[in-house]
Amino acid sequence: MALDLAPEKLKSMFERMVLIREFEERAATLMEQNRIPGAVHLYVGEEAVGVGVCSTLTDSDYIASTHRGHGHLLAKGGDPKLMYAELLGKVTGYCKGKGGSMHVADLDVGMLGANGIVGAGPPIAMGAAFAAQYRGEGAVSVCFFGDGASNQGTFHEAANMASLYKLPLVLVCENNLYGEFTAQADHQAVKDVADRAAGYSMPGLVIDGMDIMAVYEATDIAVERARNGEGPTLLECKTYRFYDHVGRDFGLHKRDEDEVAYWRSRDPIALFRATLEEQGTLAAGDADSITESIRARIDEAVEFAESSDEPLPEDLLNDVYTEVTA
Amino acid sequence: MPEKNFTKAIVEAVQQEMERDPNVFLAGEDVEIGGVFGTDAGLFETFGKKRVFNTPITEAGIAGLAVGSAAAGLRPVIEIMFMDFMGVCMDQIVNQMAKMKYMFGGKATLPIVVRTHAGAGRSMAAQHSQSLEAWFCHVPGLKVVMPTTPYDAKGLLISSIRDDNPVIFIENKRALAFRGEVPDEPYEIPLGVADVKREGSDVTVVATGYQVKDALDVAEELAERGVSVEVIDPRTLSPLDMDTIIESVQKTSRAVVAQEAVNFCGLGAEIAASIQERAFDYLDAPVKRVGAPFSPVPFSPVLEAAWLPGKDQIRAAIEEIVPVPA
Repeated sequence: MALDLAPEKLKSMFERMVLIREFEERAATLMEQNRIPGAVHLYVGEEAVGVGVCSTLTDSDYIASTHRGHGHLLAKGGDPKLMYAELLGKVTGYCKGKGGSMHVADLDVGMLGANGIVGAGPPIAMGAAFAAQYRGEGAVSVCFFGDGASNQGTFHEAANMASLYKLPLVLVCENNLYGEFTAQADHQAVKDVADRAAGYSMPGLVIDGMDIMAVYEATDIAVERARNGEGPTLLECKTYRFYDHVGRDFGLHKRDEDEVAYWRSRDPIALFRATLEEQGTLAAGDADSITESIRARIDEAVEFAESSDEPLPEDLLNDVYTEVTA
Repeated sequence: MPEKNFTKAIVEAVQQEMERDPNVFLAGEDVEIGGVFGTDAGLFETFGKKRVFNTPITEAGIAGLAVGSAAAGLRPVIEIMFMDFMGVCMDQIVNQMAKMKYMFGGKATLPIVVRTHAGAGRSMAAQHSQSLEAWFCHVPGLKVVMPTTPYDAKGLLISSIRDDNPVIFIENKRALAFRGEVPDEPYEIPLGVADVKREGSDVTVVATGYQVKDALDVAEELAERGVSVEVIDPRTLSPLDMDTIIESVQKTSRAVVAQEAVNFCGLGAEIAASIQERAFDYLDAPVKRVGAPFSPVPFSPVLEAAWLPGKDQIRAAIEEIVPVPA
């Protein structure tokens, strides 16, 4: 099924997915080479969710993210230069090197931050949805979270409040089948996280999270409901983490090879590329030249980050507090 | 100047700030009926449900509502009915609210007031009686305010609401009935400035919360026996105005720190340590600490009276380090 969207929009969605993929592959390499301090949680395999969802939003809308947050920020319009600079701990980064991979944020595009605490996002996104409703400006708030986070009380508290107050919130569960290193069947009593919507009197839908068009269409309807004051929706996108919980291979556990092969055969970028080529939005060779130009952009962004200055020790105590008061 | 009780002073502060700034709202459990201690009386009637509303019993949700809505530009005042319930929402307060600004390189502003009721003395037992201020003083990014007099309560709450940082505002239950002169018009008392409640020359008593009243009563008694006690109420515990305390100790050469919280690892330990670091050469005696013993707050009035530090302990501490005529 082809989306009834302008070809430029479809193309830019494709580009955004490739950007995330290439960004993450390079981030993984930089981590393996110890050029990134600490660790990264890679979004590879889940690109259709972030891009499909964020393509329905504007800069006035909010998203709350997770520890696997690079893809969300890029999908919301984040700048790879500032992101790599942050991942490398440089002063030019999104957070001046004080946040790193798990706290990249860009409030200017409504991105309320990646988050190191699993399940912390839903209450925050709910609060932003409250602000949107309070001001009556028609903005919506989207929360990305995983199957693991849906076991936290915070998910349930936020879902209840959002439904009770009819807040413009869309809860997007990225069910990648694992909570850190534990398989879904071993960590939760439901198979479909979407079932949990019934407990909060909101619609709950299971979506093919590898199909960006399915994600876009479902989110578009949920966002429309939210903007119309009809309250929250829970969308469960079935997706897959192509790599490990941390980095490409943290070495602590092995997933079933057939399982990995099955999900890799449903690579969201390959699926979307095939659709766009089939419908003529992408001509032969377009996808490759897009990938090539994105790789050049990634090179440039990494170069920017690596040549940026380190933060100064004297900046250590800055920004703990806001000095000016209202 | 009109005389009012602490409760009325609190209500006036919130009311006047809500009149001044349409972005201020009040949310919490049972705030629509005026709050279980009457500290929200009449606000729902004045401002309606849009700006004063009950939440479910959902502390993490309430705190998240504050974090998300503040990040999105509002100025929330939330109420956590009993300070003991803060345990339910510590992640949102400690990992989200307190750190977002710093983690995001200074780009987030979180003007939040978390109002809560602390303190024993009402047979409410172990889960409705604690003074947990030290938990929050230990977290960079939070401010902690604990007023004792109605005048301080109103001015400090107005400053807390106007402050662009998250503030934990602690209302001591036994202090709610305190009466004193409180101007009708709005006024600010700057955060981080201690108040010398009584001048004296023989010993400095640094007291917080209800212990300020106890210390003043003891000072009055001891004055009759020729001992001159200076009583300092820090009012704001973080940032802490050590300068005023040190200046006083340099004059008196003796210090007692009095708090209702459990003594071990409490704020008193911090103050005592800072006094010896900064005024060691001025001290004529060890710094004494008054605080609760290392047990949960008991229910039985007999046991609770044995637990609760008060005038006897403050008097005894002073007598240990000041030569007091019989």
